[in-house]
Amino acid sequence: MAATDILIRVENLVKYFPIMRGIIFQKQIGSVHAVDDVSFNIIEGETLGLVGESGCGKSTTGRAILQLQRPTSGHVFFKEEDLVTLKRNDLRKMRRKMQMIFQDPYASLNPRMTVGEIVGEPLTIHGIDRGKELQDHVDQLLHMVGLDPAYANRYPHEFSGGQRQRIGVARALSVNPSFVVCDEPISALDVSIQAQVVNLLEDLQNELHLTYLFIAHDLSMVRHISKHVAVMYLGIIVELTDRDELYKHPLHPYTKALLSAIPIPDALAEAKRQRIILQGEVPSPVNPPSGCRFRTRCPIAQKKCGESKPEFREVGSNHYVACHLV
Amino acid sequence: MGRYIARRLIYLVVVLFVVSGITFLLEHAVPGGPFDREKALPPEIKANLERRYHLDDPLLVQYGNYLNDVILPHLTFHPATNNMDEDYLFNFRLPGGLWLQWMNFGPSYASRSRTVNDIFRQQLPVSIQLGIMAFFVSVIIGMPLGIMAALKQNTFFDYFGMSIAIIGVSIPILALGPIMVWLFGVDLKWLPPSGWGAQPPYIMGFIPHQLGWNFFKYAIMPALVLGIGSSAIIARLTRGSLLQVIREDYIRTARSKGLIESLVIRRHALRNSLIPVVTILGPLFAALVTGTFVTELIFGIPGLGKYFVTSINNRDYPVIMGTTLLYAVFLVIANLIVDIVYAFLDPRIRYS
Amino acid sequence: MVAQLTEDTKPVPAGGTPLTHKRENLWQDAFRRLVRNRAAMIGGTIILILIFIAIFADFIAPYPYDKGVLTDQNKVPEWMGTLFPTMKPYMKTSDKYPFGADYIGRDIFSRLIYGTRISLSIAFIGATISLVIGIIYGSISGYFGGRADNLMMRSVDVLYAFPGLLFIILLMAFFRSSFAKPQVGTFGSILGQIDSHMGGMFFIIIGIGLTAWETTARLTRGQVLSAREKEYIEAARTVGASDVRIMFRHILPNIVGPLIIVETLAIPAYIGTEAFLSFIGLGINPPTPSWGAMISDGAQSIRTYPNQAIFPALALAITMFAFNFLGDGLRDALEPRMRGSQ
Repeated sequence: MAATDILIRVENLVKYFPIMRGIIFQKQIGSVHAVDDVSFNIIEGETLGLVGESGCGKSTTGRAILQLQRPTSGHVFFKEEDLVTLKRNDLRKMRRKMQMIFQDPYASLNPRMTVGEIVGEPLTIHGIDRGKELQDHVDQLLHMVGLDPAYANRYPHEFSGGQRQRIGVARALSVNPSFVVCDEPISALDVSIQAQVVNLLEDLQNELHLTYLFIAHDLSMVRHISKHVAVMYLGIIVELTDRDELYKHPLHPYTKALLSAIPIPDALAEAKRQRIILQGEVPSPVNPPSGCRFRTRCPIAQKKCGESKPEFREVGSNHYVACHLV
Repeated sequence: MGRYIARRLIYLVVVLFVVSGITFLLEHAVPGGPFDREKALPPEIKANLERRYHLDDPLLVQYGNYLNDVILPHLTFHPATNNMDEDYLFNFRLPGGLWLQWMNFGPSYASRSRTVNDIFRQQLPVSIQLGIMAFFVSVIIGMPLGIMAALKQNTFFDYFGMSIAIIGVSIPILALGPIMVWLFGVDLKWLPPSGWGAQPPYIMGFIPHQLGWNFFKYAIMPALVLGIGSSAIIARLTRGSLLQVIREDYIRTARSKGLIESLVIRRHALRNSLIPVVTILGPLFAALVTGTFVTELIFGIPGLGKYFVTSINNRDYPVIMGTTLLYAVFLVIANLIVDIVYAFLDPRIRYS
Repeated sequence: MVAQLTEDTKPVPAGGTPLTHKRENLWQDAFRRLVRNRAAMIGGTIILILIFIAIFADFIAPYPYDKGVLTDQNKVPEWMGTLFPTMKPYMKTSDKYPFGADYIGRDIFSRLIYGTRISLSIAFIGATISLVIGIIYGSISGYFGGRADNLMMRSVDVLYAFPGLLFIILLMAFFRSSFAKPQVGTFGSILGQIDSHMGGMFFIIIGIGLTAWETTARLTRGQVLSAREKEYIEAARTVGASDVRIMFRHILPNIVGPLIIVETLAIPAYIGTEAFLSFIGLGINPPTPSWGAMISDGAQSIRTYPNQAIFPALALAITMFAFNFLGDGLRDALEPRMRGSQ
């Protein structure tokens, strides 16, 4: 992995949300450890899949990278620039290079703006186009995501969920970014539409040489689109490696449990297979367990798992795990 | 819950400070004191009066004295005397020979021989009587109307009831009052056009002794006029909320259990649909309070509202302050009670 | 299963047709609903007629509103005798005055007509002030949140506890006395002159504005708070929109609906407040006619000449009806899911 290929470098990213009490004079009485020291790289032109259960911090990670949530500490390098240290105006200029596709196709579009206005807004904000050129550019974008440009003056409520998601893609790509965070972009869609949208994303990635951070909780979909996969649990990354390696040789007990939950389309094999079922509830991110966070649900936990935090270290070629027992 | 009440009580105190402060400023920013009225008083007498009422002290001192008298309760060993300077609204005898005294609003500037509390004791009960009756009117008319309209939605009952409701909400007291005064008081002569049928002393401070037709004939029109606006609001709210509740799944379950319709409504639907109505009780009380002002003036009722307006012209500061504070306190406490009742009715919000 | 689908499916260009055939945005949709509501249309028409009357009062009113013919005191037209039979024994008839003359001999009908000016000005200017101040305050408080929001809302809460009518009475008394006879050339005297030029309306409008903005502010803040969490706001921020742009282009258009409804429904209260203030003498300066003042004058002679109080009362009632109907219609139009249950 040559250093020049890395587009995004995340170093020790931390995001805590304070919990406040009090009416007039507010005091902080604790914090939610949403993202707790996370580091990874994303190579230009590739897709990193980020998986985990709901509430593990993956969406927050995505937002923290884009500086939609300012990190509590840590660094996010876009090429050589540390986004965390950028001031507002510089950050706004950087927005042209990194964008986001949102999860909810119904809530992510302003119901009182036409589709054309929604897709064209980034172009207006950054002064890229005006007037006729703006119209043409918007039409071109709509066509690129598979929508008929004649409907640019319709309103979002006149479109289906899958179509609205395409509008969201068009909006994100309007400024020609290099990096796109896809925050569970297909979770809210019907299964048959999911495939269409994912294919669209792939085609666009090839055409425009985009880099994706694909956040999802559906492992099988992540497997299809990602080159590398990171697994998150309660704010930390527990395993990170390239896609095939993860699905063939998972090392962390959590990853193994997740993978065992994916149904196999072969009824006999499915019946014979041993599922790993995790005990207990996900601990609260306000007060994570000491040592290894996963130990309260881990089927192979031992005493030393409660004593010290496992280091996130390389155990194979390009295969990182955070576990004492690997 | 205790915490919640404590917080609201602190809020009450803050409100008292702010309200009294603003009122105080407004009063004293106006040029001309209470003794600058038509007849020019000789300067020595004027100076004497001002000294007696402490009007020559610096403003902050006056304000401080006032707060001390009104907001701080006093614990003393000697009971209240009839002295003008020591007229407290609340006098509670505590064990051990102690007395808890609270709220001395001072003397009235306009009626030199009375304190503000005297005036309250005389005028306030009338306003309270009017208010209570208007409240009952609004509930007794409003709720059945709303329930009927909901149960027989889109029938004559519904449209008729809601039309009355819209009319009730729209007509201001200032318009409805004179019309009714003329219609029933002058033209048909069924009811007296003005006046009130009760005098002190009152039971428990506000209940009149004479509760017969002689009393009610004076009260019917004002109570109706004052209450009809609120009854309209209650009617519409009850109808809306009952309509929503009836469509809920648990009502369907109750019916499929085999319960008769009236039981379904009474036991399940009604209780839940009352909750939104409780939430507007707060603003409703406020509307009733302000409404008494208008009603008393139109119907010539000797209540506190009418007196308040006159005392503004007379620059009777203590009465102005006292009335404002009293009503503010009443509203805050009423809102607190409403919130508690609401928490009681709706278990979901008890733990917020 | 997913693997098989992905290999063969490609985005279909024809799949880009929207689901509906109508081309309308949410405003047009609401307008259509409003127009179908008969009560609201009646209300709206009445208001338009009143506006017309107010503007062209000089041409419609048969007599001036301030000059009375003393010999015509309390005269009434013939037909009033049938309407108010108690008057028959002592009434003096005249055909000059459509609704009769008041106790100074001024024409009641003309005064009613000029009175529309007062009521409508109060209605619209008061509503505008309330909206402007309330929206600005509420948006700032709601958008920036945190401590500032807390403080701003607590202040509004405390002000809110002040019984409304009481506060306005105090304010008006304050205004009237302090600006009535101030030294020439000071700020106070300028305000006082503006006020007397407007027949006393200036201070009333300020008074109403000062008490009305609180509700608007609180409503705006609530709306902004819930709008702020919507994903399209986050999306706008992601594409680089500035706070100002988000506020004006994204948040405000989406919250303006409920605000207008509430404001329209509050207008009757403003009109009523002005009427009451004039009723107790703290409102419009005579001889400028205000319906409230006319009711006050008429109330003195309610037993003898009820027409003097009843006609202004009717005018007041009709105007408030109209605004209520219109406001209700607006509410039904802009929030259709509430229909049938509201």
